[in-house]
Amino acid sequence: MLTDQAGKGVRHDAPGPEQSAHISLRTGGDLLQLVSPEGERISHPEFDVWVKDVGDEQLCSLYEDMTVIRRIDAEATALQRQGELALWPPLLGQEAAQIGSSRSLRDDDFVFPSYRESGVAYVRGAHLSEIARVWRGNASYGWDPQRINLATPQIIIGSQSLHATGYAMGVQLDGANTAVLAYFGDGATSEGDVNEAMVFAASYQAPVVFFCQNNHWAISEPVRIQSHVQLADRPTGFGIPSMRVDGNDVLAVMAATRVALDRARKGGGPTFIEAVTYRMGPHTTADDPTRYRDPIELEDWAAKDPILRLRKLLEAKGLLTDDVEARVKAKADAVAADLRSSCIGMPDPQPLDVFNHVYSTPNSWIERQKDHYSRYLSSFNQPVEEGAL
Amino acid sequence: MSATMIKEFRLPDLGEGLTESEILSWKVAVGDTVTLNQVIAEVETAKAVVELPSPFAGTVAALHEQPGTVVEVGKPIVSFEVDDAGSSNGGGAPAAGDGSAVVTSANGAPSASAAEAVGSPAKREPNLVGYGAVVEHSGRPTRRARVQATAEVPAIPESIAVPESEVAAERPRSTPPVRKLARDLGIDLEVVPGTGPGGLITREDVQNFTGAADVPAGIAGAPGDRETRTPIKGVRKFTAAAMVQSAFTAPHVTEFLTVDVTATMELLAKLKGNRTFEGFKLTPLTIAAKAVLVALRNNPTLNSRWDEVNQEIVQFNYVNLGIAAATPRGLTVPNIKDADQLSLRELSSALTQLTDTARAGKTSPSELSGGTISITNIGVFGIDAGTPILNPGEAAIVALGAVRKAPWVVNDELAVRQVMSLSLSFDHRLVDGEQGSRFLADLGAILSDPAMVMTMI
Repeated sequence: MLTDQAGKGVRHDAPGPEQSAHISLRTGGDLLQLVSPEGERISHPEFDVWVKDVGDEQLCSLYEDMTVIRRIDAEATALQRQGELALWPPLLGQEAAQIGSSRSLRDDDFVFPSYRESGVAYVRGAHLSEIARVWRGNASYGWDPQRINLATPQIIIGSQSLHATGYAMGVQLDGANTAVLAYFGDGATSEGDVNEAMVFAASYQAPVVFFCQNNHWAISEPVRIQSHVQLADRPTGFGIPSMRVDGNDVLAVMAATRVALDRARKGGGPTFIEAVTYRMGPHTTADDPTRYRDPIELEDWAAKDPILRLRKLLEAKGLLTDDVEARVKAKADAVAADLRSSCIGMPDPQPLDVFNHVYSTPNSWIERQKDHYSRYLSSFNQPVEEGAL
Repeated sequence: MSATMIKEFRLPDLGEGLTESEILSWKVAVGDTVTLNQVIAEVETAKAVVELPSPFAGTVAALHEQPGTVVEVGKPIVSFEVDDAGSSNGGGAPAAGDGSAVVTSANGAPSASAAEAVGSPAKREPNLVGYGAVVEHSGRPTRRARVQATAEVPAIPESIAVPESEVAAERPRSTPPVRKLARDLGIDLEVVPGTGPGGLITREDVQNFTGAADVPAGIAGAPGDRETRTPIKGVRKFTAAAMVQSAFTAPHVTEFLTVDVTATMELLAKLKGNRTFEGFKLTPLTIAAKAVLVALRNNPTLNSRWDEVNQEIVQFNYVNLGIAAATPRGLTVPNIKDADQLSLRELSSALTQLTDTARAGKTSPSELSGGTISITNIGVFGIDAGTPILNPGEAAIVALGAVRKAPWVVNDELAVRQVMSLSLSFDHRLVDGEQGSRFLADLGAILSDPAMVMTMI
């Protein structure tokens, strides 16, 4: 069983090719679910233990985080429509996948996100202005990765899986028990980078978790065209154990992530998690999904909404009091107002700022280019001498 | 006076490199009180129809553009009267850049040049995702190797001299600050003679040119007097892509049949007098649509789809009947779901509802997808026949011609009858001439003698 295996394996104990036919690397059944779409708690003999500490207060706190990041998403989308952000990649529908996974992490774990994990950034402690400024075009980076152990968002599809694997190999060399987690989407599993990362992660049994949010659409490409097997069956070919969980079920996501992180910490090597969820909004604010997506599909997934599901569970448990509702709403309102004011009040970058942070130490080439550019800029304010090019 | 101020909302770039958007409708009117993020307008970009949320809480002071207007990014579209102190916009300094709130107070107005730079479409580059609007370049060729033509250069042998045309195509030589000056002054550098080395246009050349009034009209005049150029976007762009895809993937065959529909017109007149059809809109299209559905029963091949991806032929056991509709936003083909299950009354009201919805521009995406066969009623324009292009993914389309009186042979004698032409296009990958012909013959048989339905159902 998976949980018994956790912690036992070390690198040289990893199954060799000759054994691979005899082991089952897929665990948790076809789709691990601990809360049904109707909000009923489903008991699971193997995974219940991983969330048994999640009590009433924690459930309310997960609900708060999910509601807040949905509000961040709505406010940022509005800010883009108002010309205050150049672009925004919405996370609507993926709240359980992002909150369930990021809330399972320790502070010293290191996370490598794609561009859609704004909810993860919020949980890791990024300031709202830090989340907004890259999308406003005011800076080429959002936050200090070393401060919150969260790499800057990767726009290139899937390449952060390589960074995560490399970082995890470094953790091994340090002998630390930190775990590393890479976020990517369904489309990224078709990229060379993710496949190469899985080769290295398996070969070195690196302490990395590949967390794939299968939101069903790689921009306009549906996942069924990309893969003829379930995405969770792709890593097993690399000898990486995998789980397929209901990505709209925050408890199932937490349980699976905790299993994977625990295995990584104890030297059990990499794990792949396919969180089956749905991108309910456009790919980015520049996209129109009605051109390629059947509206009926969206309706089907709206019935499986991650926040609605947790609400139903809280209601059934009698936890959703007026007090809790008011507290969550106040928090979401405050966060949205903070995001708006810090975004709009952001000072514009200066043209010469582009030369900062290229090198960590003084560099004569950059200094020379900076000097040329500054003289070029000043020529706009002076009469140009004849012949000066 | 209470402490209020006017704030403008400028049209932002709504999707990575767009230069303009069309205002489709306003959701608010002057004098309305709006809350932050309340939807105030619907606009169509080259990529999508999107809703604009209000950036302020306050009162709508002015709407600067009418619905249907295409507005350049950076132009003010609406003004709000907002509380001076507690502006809901965060209270921070207004940001520069397109679409930001610009306070039009005495000293706060942006300079003309800054506004110009914001609205200038030529500066946008292709965007990240790679399917953004294509920028129309306004007379600025891409940079190429400079052509040296200064006097100091020794005479070049004629055989390797640069061709005259290439010299002419070169952008007028100047420096970026001079180009900006020219743009600020509204001067086209193409018509400014350069006095600097190698024909370089200097700052003085531009400044001196300001006074020169006798610019040849043919060069400086607006180029659009004799032709109107409309950007390809929205429904037009979508229709074009769908038609090209259909025309160049499905080998089309078109057949024609002219039939005597006098009996159908008599039936129509009879039904209109029938009490069960009171209040229903009955037209030749109603009967023809029913006839198509009946004719499909014996010829189901025409109600199928070629699935290239899965290498399968999909035979539909239901009919979603598409009706081509001319709408204010262009051609759309909404379809009636499970039309084969409908009675004539139900079909009649479904057709009325479909065309009303389409004309109002309120057709939903689900009504536009999933069609299995289509009808286009070109007869309403007084046209007899055509070679319709298939709605992508469908195997057949029927064009209904106009019903007109014509001489016709009845019992070996000439008679004046009501005649209509039918045009059928089908996808020859799935439908052979035999099947297409049988379907068209059946359709014709029904319309020339509706009693023939008895033999088909």
